[in-house]
Order: sequence, then C-alpha cells, then structure tokens
Amino acid sequence: MADELMLEIVTPEKMAFSGKIEEVTIPGSEGEFGVLRGHAALLSAIDVGELNFTKDGKKTYYAVNTGYTEVTTGKVTILVETAERADAIDKERAKKAKDNAEAKLSKLPKEDVEYELMRAALARAITRISVADKHA
Amino acid sequence: MASLKDIRRKIVAVSKTKQITRAMNMVAASKLKAAQLRMENFRPYALRFMDVLTSLALRVDPETHPLLAVRDPKRIRVIIMTSDRGLCGGFNTNLIKAAERFVREKIAEGKEVQLIAVGRKGRDYFRKKVKLAKDWSDVFGKFDITLAVKISDDIIPPFMQAEYDELYVIYNEFRNIAIQRPAVVRLFPLPPIGKDEDTEPTARIDYIYEPSDEILLGKLLPMYVHVLIFRALLETSAGENGARMVSMDNATKNCEEMIQSLTLRMNKARQATITAELMDIVGGTEALSKS
Repeated sequence: MADELMLEIVTPEKMAFSGKIEEVTIPGSEGEFGVLRGHAALLSAIDVGELNFTKDGKKTYYAVNTGYTEVTTGKVTILVETAERADAIDKERAKKAKDNAEAKLSKLPKEDVEYELMRAALARAITRISVADKHA
Repeated sequence: MASLKDIRRKIVAVSKTKQITRAMNMVAASKLKAAQLRMENFRPYALRFMDVLTSLALRVDPETHPLLAVRDPKRIRVIIMTSDRGLCGGFNTNLIKAAERFVREKIAEGKEVQLIAVGRKGRDYFRKKVKLAKDWSDVFGKFDITLAVKISDDIIPPFMQAEYDELYVIYNEFRNIAIQRPAVVRLFPLPPIGKDEDTEPTARIDYIYEPSDEILLGKLLPMYVHVLIFRALLETSAGENGARMVSMDNATKNCEEMIQSLTLRMNKARQATITAELMDIVGGTEALSKS
C-alpha cells in the first residue's frame, strides 16, 4: 500500500504543488531531513530554508518560509507561509534584500527588537539566492 | 428656468461622471473577483492549519503559552481595519461608527484603549481625535501574507511582555457582495483551541513531534495569528471592492436617471423657445398684414 508518496505544498496564496513524488528533503527546525515512502507519522516545524523533492528522477527546488510538515502514511503535507520555486525567484531582488538586511544589521544593536526581524530577513534572502543558483 | 445651454452643459457633465462611475464599477468587479479567488485559495491552508493546531492543542495544556494568558483586561488595543480608498458606500463609515461605539464603551468601563489603524480611511478619521499606537496605510493595493506577518510582529511581542492585556480586531465581515457587516473579534488572548470539540482520542494519530509538542505549539500559535489577520485582510479587501461595485452601480443608475430627466427638461425648453419664436413670427406677419 505504501508504495507511493503524495506531496502537497500549501501556502496561503495557493496550492504550490500537489502530486506523486519519490523523495522529499525538508528543512526542519531541528535540521534538514528526508522523507521516503513508508515514513513514520511525524509532525515537524519548518524553518526558512531549501526544500527539494524528486519526481520522476528529477529534482525540483523551493525556497520556503516558516511553517510545518505533517507526514502520514503515504502522504506529506507541507504548510508554509511562502514557497517559491527556484525558477520563479527574482535573484536581483533577493540580492538587494540581502544587501539591505546586512547594512541594517551592522548598524543595529543586538538588543534591538528589529535585530531579530532583520536577521530573519537576511536568512530568507540568502536562502532564496542559493536556491535560485541551484536552478541555473 | 435654466437656459437651454445650461441644461446641455449639465447633461454632458453628468454623462462624463457616468462614464467614470461605470469604469470604477467594472474595475471593482474584476478586483472583487481576484479577491474572492484569493479567499478561495486561502481556505485549504486555513482548514489544514486549524486541524493540526487543534490536534496539537488537545495534547498539550495550551494555557501555558503566553499568547493564551488571560489577564485582567485593563489595557486594551484595538485594530481598526478599513480600506485605503473611499467611494465604496458605507463600507468605512459603518465600520468607523461601530469602532467608535466599541471604544467608547470600553473607555466608559474605565479601560485604557490604544488604537491601531490598518487602512488609510481609519487612520485619517481617528488620528484627528486620538494618538494612534501604530498605523498601516496604503497596504491593500497589493498585499500577501507578509503583511499579516508584519502586523503580527508588531502586536505579539508587547502582548507576551504584558504591555497590554487584550487585543480586538474590528473589520468588515464579508457575507456576500452586497453585505458586509462590521465584526468585533477578540484576538488576544487567543480563544481556547479545540476545547469544545469532542474528538475521540483514539482516532488521532500518534506523531513523532519534532521539536517537542510544546515547542511546536509555541511555533504554530504565532502562525495562527497570521492566519486570523490574513483572513481579516482578505475579507476587508473583498468587501471593499464588493461595496464599491454596488455603490458605483447605483451611481451609474442615478446618472442615467438624471440624464433622462435633464433631457426631458432640455426638450421642453427647446420646445418653449421654438414656440416663442413661432409666436413672434406669427405675431409679426399679422401686424404687417393689418397695416
């Protein structure tokens, strides 16, 4: 029965992906992990990072933002606030966001409430750039 | 009686207005369609999210999280969500009225109230009267979940640090295209999740939790706030365009009526001048023939 694995990537804007896949690698909050068919039921938080899955032997990359994943028998549901496929990422914009975040971070004291926010923005920008590079 | 020329000029002016209102009606209709589609697309996310959150909340004692902390509500914050632009009938007026009534009641109860405005119309109205704690304007043109995240980042930390005790959101609930009702929703402390439902404990799957279920709940609760705010934003945006569509449709109809009655008046005036001219000619010839 568990000889196939369904993957669903859901964001507030749309169903980013839905289909049968062979393997998925998820950026969990405790570290990256892979899911193959027959995986035990799991509920894990997702952090900003790179998600990729293999479908028909081909890998597809996504840059994702915070969310969680629910793994049940034969099905993986990924709920994230944003998910961008590698070929849809605007690299120029990501670079600008990265420079902007770095410039702000160097000025802010660590205790500032904005520091954490800017750090998260920087992490997002770096992820997007590295995912976009994978596509090229 | 207005001269023929004046009436003609007025007809031209009204028909120009009609063109504008009709164009606005059509723009609002297409924006409404887009907004409704977004609400539609958001539903699967919200439903799944609630499912997981509920099953998680049943496992851990949710009272432990600071976002669920119930305190004596002395200091209150209110988010007032209006549209950025006008010309949408009573959409903003009704909401502002409801908000004002609510705030007055709370102040009468001796509570300290701070306002947060989302949308320019609410800001413009309230900033003349009170100091706004924060405002988000010109945001509805193009927005996504990151706006909800930004707003949440602004309201969650002060609540967790007990800088205020209760948060309300006042927004227009989208019932259908013609009906939007102001709704007052308490956001913080978050309402208890899944307590009223009787799910069979055995029916639930035992997951491996990573990290622990308590930390996971702590991560999901801010996301829950994003979901609630995003839904309010979507409903406001759909409601605004629905209201504008209806009011612009009415305006177009009124213009048509006005043009009709003006045309009637114009024809009467023209008739009157012709009659007067005829009378002149007839009178003139008669006077000539008599002599």
